[in-house]
Amino acid sequence: MPWLSQNMISRLKRISISQSLLVICFTGLAIFMLLPIIFLFNNAFKPLNELFLFPPTIFVKEPTASNFEKLFLHANAAVIPFTRYLFNSIVIVGLSLIFVIIVSTLAGYVISKHRFPFKTFVMAMIMISLMFAPETVAIPRYLIVSNLGIMNTYFAHILPFIASPVAVFLMKQFIDQIPDSLLEAAKLDGAGDFYIFIRIIIPLTAPAVATVSIITFQVVYLDMEGSTLYTTNETMKTLAFYVSSLTANLQNSVAGQSLAAAAALLMFIPNLIMFLLFQRKMIQTMLHSGVK
Amino acid sequence: MLRNKTFPAKGPRFVLRFNSFLQDCWNARLSYLLLAPFLIAFSCFILIPVFMSVLLSFTTFNGFEFPTFIGFDNFINLLTQDFVFMKYTLPNTFKFALITGLGGYFLSFVFAWLIHQLPRSLKDYFTLAFYAPSMAGGVALSVIWIATFSGDQVGYLNNILLKYGLIESPQLWLQDPKYLMIVMIIVTLWTSMGVGFLAMLGGLQTVNTELYEAGRIDGIKSALQEVYYITIPSMKPQMLFSAVMTIVGTLKAGAISTQLTGLAITPSYSGHLMTNHIDDYAFIRYEWGYASALSVALLIFSYLVMRFCYRLFATKEGE
Repeated sequence: MPWLSQNMISRLKRISISQSLLVICFTGLAIFMLLPIIFLFNNAFKPLNELFLFPPTIFVKEPTASNFEKLFLHANAAVIPFTRYLFNSIVIVGLSLIFVIIVSTLAGYVISKHRFPFKTFVMAMIMISLMFAPETVAIPRYLIVSNLGIMNTYFAHILPFIASPVAVFLMKQFIDQIPDSLLEAAKLDGAGDFYIFIRIIIPLTAPAVATVSIITFQVVYLDMEGSTLYTTNETMKTLAFYVSSLTANLQNSVAGQSLAAAAALLMFIPNLIMFLLFQRKMIQTMLHSGVK
Repeated sequence: MLRNKTFPAKGPRFVLRFNSFLQDCWNARLSYLLLAPFLIAFSCFILIPVFMSVLLSFTTFNGFEFPTFIGFDNFINLLTQDFVFMKYTLPNTFKFALITGLGGYFLSFVFAWLIHQLPRSLKDYFTLAFYAPSMAGGVALSVIWIATFSGDQVGYLNNILLKYGLIESPQLWLQDPKYLMIVMIIVTLWTSMGVGFLAMLGGLQTVNTELYEAGRIDGIKSALQEVYYITIPSMKPQMLFSAVMTIVGTLKAGAISTQLTGLAITPSYSGHLMTNHIDDYAFIRYEWGYASALSVALLIFSYLVMRFCYRLFATKEGE
């Protein structure tokens, strides 16, 4: 078996009954973890009568796309069409990703490879703010956003995410392992900082960029703070907010169930695709994520 | 040393020192330029809000009038007057943070370690399975878990328990103060395999496999000893990063009770956490000064926990 390394074979030889039992339990646990997600997929395609079936089922019997139809129709009949929320989310997520990648790669490169006064201070600030939960300072953030005059604009959604200590930290750790000699060789050949950055740093940090994209995507795409606090104008709110308004007080609404099931799947799919695309790269980046 | 015309090399020693410092800063201007976008955003949305939070915590402020300075009153009220905080918020938060923080961290490590033992072809599937819940996010999550813990007999849990005769009548899982906390903990543990979990998976790959051979010669017998003496010390840096990520996750988790129950204040404060308390004072009562004092307390607390983690996982010289 080619995928078994020498080490693995020696491990397999030592496997006892208790260990194989453990593996089976572990598989069961993995299925349990996945169960709600399987349920999410099936739920979105259930017709209304199956959604309220008693006893409830996990797997769909007669799959139908009517939930999605209803979602789009319901939303089109509303004052603000569903597509508007979708458009807002795409614009916000897209721009945030671009900005975060540029800003944090630049910062990571400078902190990792340049020497300048206050460097340790900047690094210390980033380390402390790694554990920064925006929820704790929602009020001053709100005041700043409103004083900057960017309420009800896309900026209100995008700007607060640009300073991402986690992204900068991961970038810095990843760039640390690019050998200095490579950069020095480029410098001897007459390359400037920008040339080095674009031709050497960017291609070599691709795994870290992928990781930062996934993390940022998840945070921005699912964020509701921007919509609930920084926007009063309904046309500037995001998909996440719209979906949460559909799912709020679910217990009481019958027709809402089908809409919510479809909308929840729509919220989940882009995240899943991003992760499937970049999974290996993400683990590769995490090799260097250590805090020393 | 290089000297620029801008800063003359004359005068007493401290002036010279200062000039040379300015020189260094000037020489590093390109670095600062490249760092500027991050630093500006960082100060605007992280640094200044934290400082404002600290300042506001010494005032009473309702969002309309100018804040008035009242000194330490907010903090004194917090410790002596706030009945809800002492009776519900604090115990709830401690209980919740201990179980989901420590438990989630422990589970992440165990699962990462188990996945690491699997053959390469299976690894990716298991990683996906365990990471998927944290991707599902609050919105998707509330659809699934609300259906599971729904209070009528159609709810999945009620249905199963009724079928096997374990309960007589459907339980209101999400409205009953007895159960809400447990439900919140289960749901949070389910989503706790996030970035920290991936960091641990990465860390496990960095462990030098030769160490295991060496360990066996030195008399390590069980897998448990292997983990304790070799694996964990070798991946301390990743363990620390993961710990920091867990702390952040635990702090953020207050929203979960609101998502599950659809109420800003949970029934008889049974799921009332620190973030709910802050939201309550900030966005329902508009007592922003007091809310700021609460968030400052939370920041200090989380900082202390982080210092503790650093102490615990600090890599010694030469490691």
